[in-house]
Amino acid sequence: MAQDHNLAIFRGRLKFKSNQSKIWGVFTLLSIITIIEVALGIIKPEFLTTNKLFTLKYLNWIFLILTVVKAYYITWDFMHMRDEKMGLRRVVVWTAVFLIIYLVAILLIEGDYIFDVYKENYIKFNF
Amino acid sequence: MDATVEKPSTENKTWNGGNKPLNASYGKMMMWFFIVSDALTFSGFLAAYGFSRFKFIDSWPIADEVFTHIPFIHGNFPMYYVAFMTFILIFSSVTMVLAVDAGHHLKKNKVIIYLFLTIIGGLIFVGSQAWEWNTFIKGSYGAVETKGGKVLQFVKEDGKRVALGDFAVPIHTERTTQDSNEGIWFLSEKELPSVTLAEVTKGFLTDESLLIRTQYLDENGERIVLNRAESVAKLNNDGIGIVEGANLKHNEYGTPLFADFFFFITGFHGFHVFSGVIFNIIIFFNVVIGTYERRKNYEMVEKVGLYWHFVDLVWVFVFTVFYLV
Repeated sequence: MAQDHNLAIFRGRLKFKSNQSKIWGVFTLLSIITIIEVALGIIKPEFLTTNKLFTLKYLNWIFLILTVVKAYYITWDFMHMRDEKMGLRRVVVWTAVFLIIYLVAILLIEGDYIFDVYKENYIKFNF
Repeated sequence: MDATVEKPSTENKTWNGGNKPLNASYGKMMMWFFIVSDALTFSGFLAAYGFSRFKFIDSWPIADEVFTHIPFIHGNFPMYYVAFMTFILIFSSVTMVLAVDAGHHLKKNKVIIYLFLTIIGGLIFVGSQAWEWNTFIKGSYGAVETKGGKVLQFVKEDGKRVALGDFAVPIHTERTTQDSNEGIWFLSEKELPSVTLAEVTKGFLTDESLLIRTQYLDENGERIVLNRAESVAKLNNDGIGIVEGANLKHNEYGTPLFADFFFFITGFHGFHVFSGVIFNIIIFFNVVIGTYERRKNYEMVEKVGLYWHFVDLVWVFVFTVFYLV
């Protein structure tokens, strides 16, 4: 079978010699990210939990961004998206990313609004 | 085969299927279709979780306080066990992708070893999930439920949690669990809690050092603790029952919705892992009996691999949304 793996990650800055060493390299990267996440989740540094950007704590921004980074490497290297055609990549990624961002944004805004209604008005939840 | 079937030439043709813009086989294409739709299902669930959480943003349970257990070890270890589960799943993803790679090189024995490791990893993950559910359902400290459906938890003056059984004063009563086989036809009730509200109230009034911690969060995200006078008033006026552990209607950690989403989302994910393990086992035996060796093509391993990585991908998000954020 033809071996046409793209062996470079970090936009070509890190090149692996074989597909197997690339797999182990990506595993190391994912492990490091997970360890950082867990460590931050346990320590919860003061300045990250008190400062906010767009009503979300810095700490939560870090978690969300690291999650997307992890998702990227799982899809690109474990699911071999890096080796697929650009058309397939876009069909899968753009569709999902667009719909998910749309849904999440709408639901979170609505949830925040309902919270305000409960808080500011004389309505209490009854469920 | 090719000699007997007359195939229309599709070379260099734009129409009649001659153009393959995505250059992926039918099976892989369909697996990607499934993955995209399943990803949307999962994001629907996670977005619904976010919606409910934003709705009760000032009284949502703190995950660090809910998941604090490790099997066989007592004590307070937030997150460690979930981190372990995450590693197991990522590692089984690695063995899976190594199996796919070995398949490309037509190395049957390596595929067998790596697939076997993947299956083991999946089973460990499902087992851990079951243990986590069991711990969550059993609960750890217990709480008092209020008229408004909120929970009151008990702490010492230094803020350390106290279990209901540790301070409740036993009162002798004749109350027994109503079973369906005695008395009224078909009528039965759930197991009685280990202590009654009267016993908890009595114990609380006896021990002056106890305080009540409400479900509400202050601006720093810490739970609000009432002072002694407020605590006594709150317990006497609002307490209606005991909650131990969590189910779909009551949850000692806070909002019942938290437990509902926990059961539903991690359950749905756990079901995906379980079916992934089943697929892997089927493919594993196919590899062992040499089906793909004869075919000279291990694409089936690649296809279940895609599914398996997707399960890992979903867990990455579930982990963040449920345990970290």
